[in-house]
Amino acid sequence: MASTTHSASRYYLPAPSKWPITAATAMLFVTFGAAFTVNHLTLGYVLLAIGLVIFAYMMFGWFGTVAHESEGGRFNQQVDASFRWGMSWFIYSEVMFFAAFFGALFYIRTFSIPWLADAENKLLWPDYSGAWPAAGFGPANVGDQFTPIAAFGLPAINTLLLLTSGVTVTIAHWALKVNKRGALIGWLAATIALGLTFLFVQMYEYGHAYHALNLKLTTGVFGSTFFMLTGFHGFHVTIGCIMLMAILGRSIAGHFKPEHHFGFEGVAWYWHFVDVVWLLLFILVYWL
Amino acid sequence: MSAVLDTHGHDDHAHHPTGIMRWVTTTNHKDIGTMYLWFSFTMFLVGGIMALVIRTELFAPGLQIVDPERFNAMTTYHGLIMVFGAIMPAFVGFANWLIPMQIGAPDMAFPRMNNLSFWLLPPAALLLIVAQFTPGGGAGVGWTMYAPLTVQAPMSMDLTIFAVHILGASSIMGSINIITTILNMRAPGMGLMRIPLFCWTWLITAYLLIAVMPVLAGAVTMTLTDRHFGTTFFNAAGGGDPVLYQHIFWFFGHPEVYIIAIPAFGVISQIIPAFARKPLFGYTSMVYATASIAVLSFLVWAHHMYTVGMPVEGQLYFMYATVLIAVPTGVKVFNWVATMWRGSLTFETPMLFACGFLFLFTMGGFTGLVLSIVPIDVQLHDTYYVVAHFHYVMVAGALFSAFGGIYFWLPKWTGKMYNETLGKWHFWLSFIFFNMTFFVQHFLGLAGMPRRIPDYSLQFTEFNVISSIGAWGFGLSQLLFLYIVVSTIRSGKKAADKQWDGADSLEWTHLPSPPPYHSFETPPVLK
Repeated sequence: MASTTHSASRYYLPAPSKWPITAATAMLFVTFGAAFTVNHLTLGYVLLAIGLVIFAYMMFGWFGTVAHESEGGRFNQQVDASFRWGMSWFIYSEVMFFAAFFGALFYIRTFSIPWLADAENKLLWPDYSGAWPAAGFGPANVGDQFTPIAAFGLPAINTLLLLTSGVTVTIAHWALKVNKRGALIGWLAATIALGLTFLFVQMYEYGHAYHALNLKLTTGVFGSTFFMLTGFHGFHVTIGCIMLMAILGRSIAGHFKPEHHFGFEGVAWYWHFVDVVWLLLFILVYWL
Repeated sequence: MSAVLDTHGHDDHAHHPTGIMRWVTTTNHKDIGTMYLWFSFTMFLVGGIMALVIRTELFAPGLQIVDPERFNAMTTYHGLIMVFGAIMPAFVGFANWLIPMQIGAPDMAFPRMNNLSFWLLPPAALLLIVAQFTPGGGAGVGWTMYAPLTVQAPMSMDLTIFAVHILGASSIMGSINIITTILNMRAPGMGLMRIPLFCWTWLITAYLLIAVMPVLAGAVTMTLTDRHFGTTFFNAAGGGDPVLYQHIFWFFGHPEVYIIAIPAFGVISQIIPAFARKPLFGYTSMVYATASIAVLSFLVWAHHMYTVGMPVEGQLYFMYATVLIAVPTGVKVFNWVATMWRGSLTFETPMLFACGFLFLFTMGGFTGLVLSIVPIDVQLHDTYYVVAHFHYVMVAGALFSAFGGIYFWLPKWTGKMYNETLGKWHFWLSFIFFNMTFFVQHFLGLAGMPRRIPDYSLQFTEFNVISSIGAWGFGLSQLLFLYIVVSTIRSGKKAADKQWDGADSLEWTHLPSPPPYHSFETPPVLK
């Protein structure tokens, strides 16, 4: 591969590093902490907190190291290609994680709810209709009536917010490619603002669901699938916002070149992935 | 795309940590491969001790040494530890050692992530072991972790769930690394259809891992929220369904079977040509057969669930799809035999294990076909026939292949030769005791003995006695393996650079034994 810039001629092999073992130590604390926390052991909260602090320290350190190496010109085009493959396969693994929950939603709506409402079970639960979403609280949770969230209210506004943020991050990318640093920083900041607004609207919507609509995580399988799918998506938007803030900080610090900026592109890919998942959520969870 | 280390890497040679910190901070694929293999062997012993608890309890009818809850915990954690702690890390160890050498690369594509993939394993192992000592004891839910039992299990279940999460994270990172290495780090001229079959099998396995480990993470996450946060995914009262768990689990679980088997195929595909002194018969068809097995593995999951009450149409579809897997698997077995056909065969220890694999894995494949037939499976479901079937595939398949691979590459890795006589003893002891343990379990299953119970009726006694004696024999034979490996490392005779006549991949033809710390600082020149 011909080198277009002053990139290193050889594949960069990092020296021994303390970051991986720091990450593993963090996960040791986080997992034991989480397992104890869900069982309400005080030790759990302590371990979890320590683990998360170590994890945050590791993220700063490790990603800082890689950014430093990248800006130092250590990564040639072959390393760049490795990052592209790596990020693509990581996003694929995320797709499959969401597929498990979408699969659960499909199974519940297509099989388990109709089966629970079929002729055989009429003897047990004569009043259970099996109509989605009203039947989503389950046959034995009859006291738990709820109202689902209408798709063309706040969720539609959120769809607009996220789709717009997909456009703004692309404009930022174009600006980076023609080396317009001001536009890059401005459009990136706009993307982050849209993402944070999305999160704020979703939090408001959750509050509304809990207090006004009686729609909770415990509202049968409708609540389970609704909050787990939208919740994991919201978690991913949060991660995406943190990633965007990281590359905004790097942009302000003068990182990235018009022809060498995979750190930026990887985050943009991730943001588009989060966007597509939301579209599926809007159609399959809110609308249909 | 020339070569390797930038000058920075060379500077760092001066202050490479030594002692324990070398292993903790290493970014070298050989160091990490070695750690994977030793971790795997340690977990093999831990899981093996659990197996011996099971077999000792089953030596006689009645309750002898453990109470039923502990017995159930032993079957659960034996399965989890052997699958996730022993077999899978063993093959990742092979992948780390071999893939960069076989494709002419300096190292793995992401050396630091490689280190993290390994070092996530000890916390996971710790979670699984500590789970045994939490209030309520280990969760006796079976390695498949079916709801609703898991929803009611004691807190050890939570430790197990989080162990599965970090094992999954480790596997996904390892797989991303392997795929990227194979796709992006090959030496010039090393086209995809020239890489050794071991690399192909790992490329396909890594794809399977990235596709299904997140699904398992989803399944156990739903279990966690059903346990603690009031969701009802697996609870019919709230509109969910316990069978939903089984669908999600086996969507992971069936590809998982091939995640274990396919790298074993890769190792066998390196060993047999070397000792037949002939190139592998039908390389291209081997690649396509392996890929076909991988695709089919996504389409057959519910053959583990024939008895849950699914519609007949479902049973028929899953039966036909499952039987279809016999075709690409048959291609592979045929090609291995055809490779041996009219070869100049010799039977050193790796070849013995490969032949043992070929016989016994094929037997496990046949009993798998038997079980794929719905009317028969309804009879045999959850009996010892199933236990016998999958141990033929997991032990005589995957484990024998790993043993064969260790004997095959130990001379390359250490530069020293193992003791051939002791190696042969290890093979024959393993082979005989393995069959003693598991062959009789077919009869137990056909006679109706259910799996996962600590007690049984009297008519099953004789076969259980034979099986338990076999299990102890098999377990003790593995100490011989440990002795052979340690004595090779400490005092083996010098091995040749190309120890095996017929071995033709780059690690044999282009590198000394033992290979240098960084395999190919400049890419090899390929003919």
